[in-house]
Amino acid sequence: MVPVAIEIEKHQKIDETALITGSEAIAVACKLADVDVITAYPIRPYDTVMQYVAKLVADGEMDCEYIVAEGEHSQFEIVKHASACGARVFCGSSGVGWMYAMEALTVTPALRIPMVAMVGNRALDDPGAFGVEHNDALAVRDLGWQLVWVDSPQEALDTALIAYRVAEDRRIFLPCAISCDGAFLTHSQALVKIPSQEKVNEFLPPYNRAELLLHPDNPITVAPQGNEDWVMEIRRQNYAAMERTYGVIKEAYADFERIFGRSYGNPFFEEYMTEDADVVLLGMGTLSTPVKVAIRKMRAEGKKVGFVRLRWFRPFAAEELAKCLGRFSAVGVIDRDYSFGSPYLGGVVVGEVRQALYPSPGKRPPVLGFIAGLGGREVTVPDVEKITASVYQAAQGKPQPLTQWIGVRE
Amino acid sequence: MGQLFAIEIIYRGIFQKTLAKNISRAIVLAAHEEGKRGISFGRYGDSPERNGIPAKSFAIVATDDVTLEEGMAKYEPKEVDITIAVDDTLCKGVESWAWYGLQPVNRLLKPGGTLIVTSREQPEAIIGMSHRKATPYNLAILKGTVSFSGLWVYKDDHTDVRLLGAISRILPDLFSVKSVQKVIMDQWKDPIKAASAAKAYERTTTTTVRPDQGNPETPYTFELPKWHEMRDGVTIPGIPAGGGFEDPTTHAVGGFRPDRNPTFKKFSTRTMRPVVNFDTCIKCTLCWLHCPDSCFDVTPEGLYDANMQACCGCGVCEAVCPVKECVTMVNETEFSDNSSQWEMWRGDKKEYGKWLQEKIAGHTERTHGFRYRGQYEEQIPEMLETARED
Repeated sequence: MVPVAIEIEKHQKIDETALITGSEAIAVACKLADVDVITAYPIRPYDTVMQYVAKLVADGEMDCEYIVAEGEHSQFEIVKHASACGARVFCGSSGVGWMYAMEALTVTPALRIPMVAMVGNRALDDPGAFGVEHNDALAVRDLGWQLVWVDSPQEALDTALIAYRVAEDRRIFLPCAISCDGAFLTHSQALVKIPSQEKVNEFLPPYNRAELLLHPDNPITVAPQGNEDWVMEIRRQNYAAMERTYGVIKEAYADFERIFGRSYGNPFFEEYMTEDADVVLLGMGTLSTPVKVAIRKMRAEGKKVGFVRLRWFRPFAAEELAKCLGRFSAVGVIDRDYSFGSPYLGGVVVGEVRQALYPSPGKRPPVLGFIAGLGGREVTVPDVEKITASVYQAAQGKPQPLTQWIGVRE
Repeated sequence: MGQLFAIEIIYRGIFQKTLAKNISRAIVLAAHEEGKRGISFGRYGDSPERNGIPAKSFAIVATDDVTLEEGMAKYEPKEVDITIAVDDTLCKGVESWAWYGLQPVNRLLKPGGTLIVTSREQPEAIIGMSHRKATPYNLAILKGTVSFSGLWVYKDDHTDVRLLGAISRILPDLFSVKSVQKVIMDQWKDPIKAASAAKAYERTTTTTVRPDQGNPETPYTFELPKWHEMRDGVTIPGIPAGGGFEDPTTHAVGGFRPDRNPTFKKFSTRTMRPVVNFDTCIKCTLCWLHCPDSCFDVTPEGLYDANMQACCGCGVCEAVCPVKECVTMVNETEFSDNSSQWEMWRGDKKEYGKWLQEKIAGHTERTHGFRYRGQYEEQIPEMLETARED
């Protein structure tokens, strides 16, 4: 994957380089962040992060409580409680494992628990395919979780550090789930720069739960039962926290750049060859690789295509994205997910993109939705060319189906 | 665009998982010594895989990040410079759960690419086992006993570094033997391993394989159904019950051969197969009973024939058979087809007896995995000795 983070200054301490997967990179970030409590439960493809954590603990490189729970529900409950008691925590799952934890996942943001979790995106059962689909992580999109998609092991490591910084910011205290495409990111080893502990310490302050800390010296009750007199105000608090998250994310990335010397530009989405593009494609995760390769190919043929890779799905930078997309004649959204029965039967991301554009005061280009790459099927360069051809038709005002399935046998 | 290199390592699941990973990682690291960028991964790296099932690891290396990205656009590369088969029986063709149909071992090789096989066999035997390829390719044999480990216990018999040395000889643009030795010293801090790599570098020779050489059979393929041709509700039809089959000499029909999955040719998981002595069999039924995959056909006269379309070579039958040398596991390289042993025996019992004795006498033992303490301490010196022979 072409690194989007550019080295902007040389540092005196030379960072280590390691050949590691996206999962392993996040485990390394946990080590650097000095995470206190980690709970594990096996499910592929995320579980390699926990295997690597276990190895770091066994080798004496990391000191944390490592607990293997009896299921994902307990797994997420344990770290939620540990976080309420002031521990920096890490957790994770994939596919239906993540779904098994759903009760715990709903109460975590409600209680303002700054958990950082890794989702090794995996197709939901049934059928029990191991390959990538984004529906698992997306299932919590309304509940107050921050959701971010990364596409390289370097980005996974960097984003994990940023996730702790943002989640544990007292103004925020919302959990963050980092999504890594199963197999393509969880199991591919690439060369990653591992920052020095010194830099991480400068970037990441200790977790301070302040007056919300569950401790005998701080007599509070957490999660009493509520009724209709209380719920709206409680939800309104989370709404405000998520509103504040946009700004805190921007601050964190700016500080990251300053300390680590790697710039990600706009934190919320990456723009690739969009400066003079007629049409753009939009998607999340590792489909960026075949898309970028296809775009270079089409550019050589004279087609001015660009790509917007969404990183942060929650909070969704709607105004910024609408402003960006208004520059183009048509947009093709590639959904590595599905949403049966949704408007126009489109995927989740295309629905959000259209929602972002609807109130925009600027231009609102046609937006087509493409469902591709489900269950680990690759999104290929010819697939991307086919998608782009349809988007070009829409740009020229020719009617195109609002939702198309790409790469299915029919 | 810069230079792009791709190497695949075809291996036996579980037993050679760590070996394949060590090799693909070391390829990326050795190339990185010379300023190249690379990615190492398995084809749907499973945790864990299935015992013995063919699986692949890949190392994709490029002179720059953009070219590397071009090389990663298709997750499994369309073509490779080098295919490494760390078990010679893989040369018969591979079917993993990760893809469908039997794949020739040399399928992904670029014209003029090289297949490196760890084996004690001669080139003619390896070429005979491999499917014909429309374009010429090269074959290099890394002499030695095939290396099988346990999942958690690695058998450090130098197969990994010898293969790296061979790669540096075959593809010097990728990395030099010096870079290999640097990585070996960084990772393993073992000068003897570094020396093994250098020896392999010096000794690697290749033979060119022509399009008219090899197994002429067309490998099995089939069409996957379209979405509207499939049943709803993630349901599939059961395999119908089997029935009797014909005796080749009397033509009477009897016994029981279960119907089996017509599309998954499980036999490519096999590295050894049971050879059955029908003359000494006492019909205790234990082999048939204990076979985990119901591979035994019950013959019309109540004997048990291991069906070679289905057998995946686990060796349980040999372990449970109470009669000495009635069921013997023999290296898969000794056989050239899946024909029925019982039919062969029915056709000519005396000839079969001779054939059987020839197969089981002096057969090389194939062991899988980690079975007892001290096993590797016994096996490694022997394997290093074999590697030193010329």
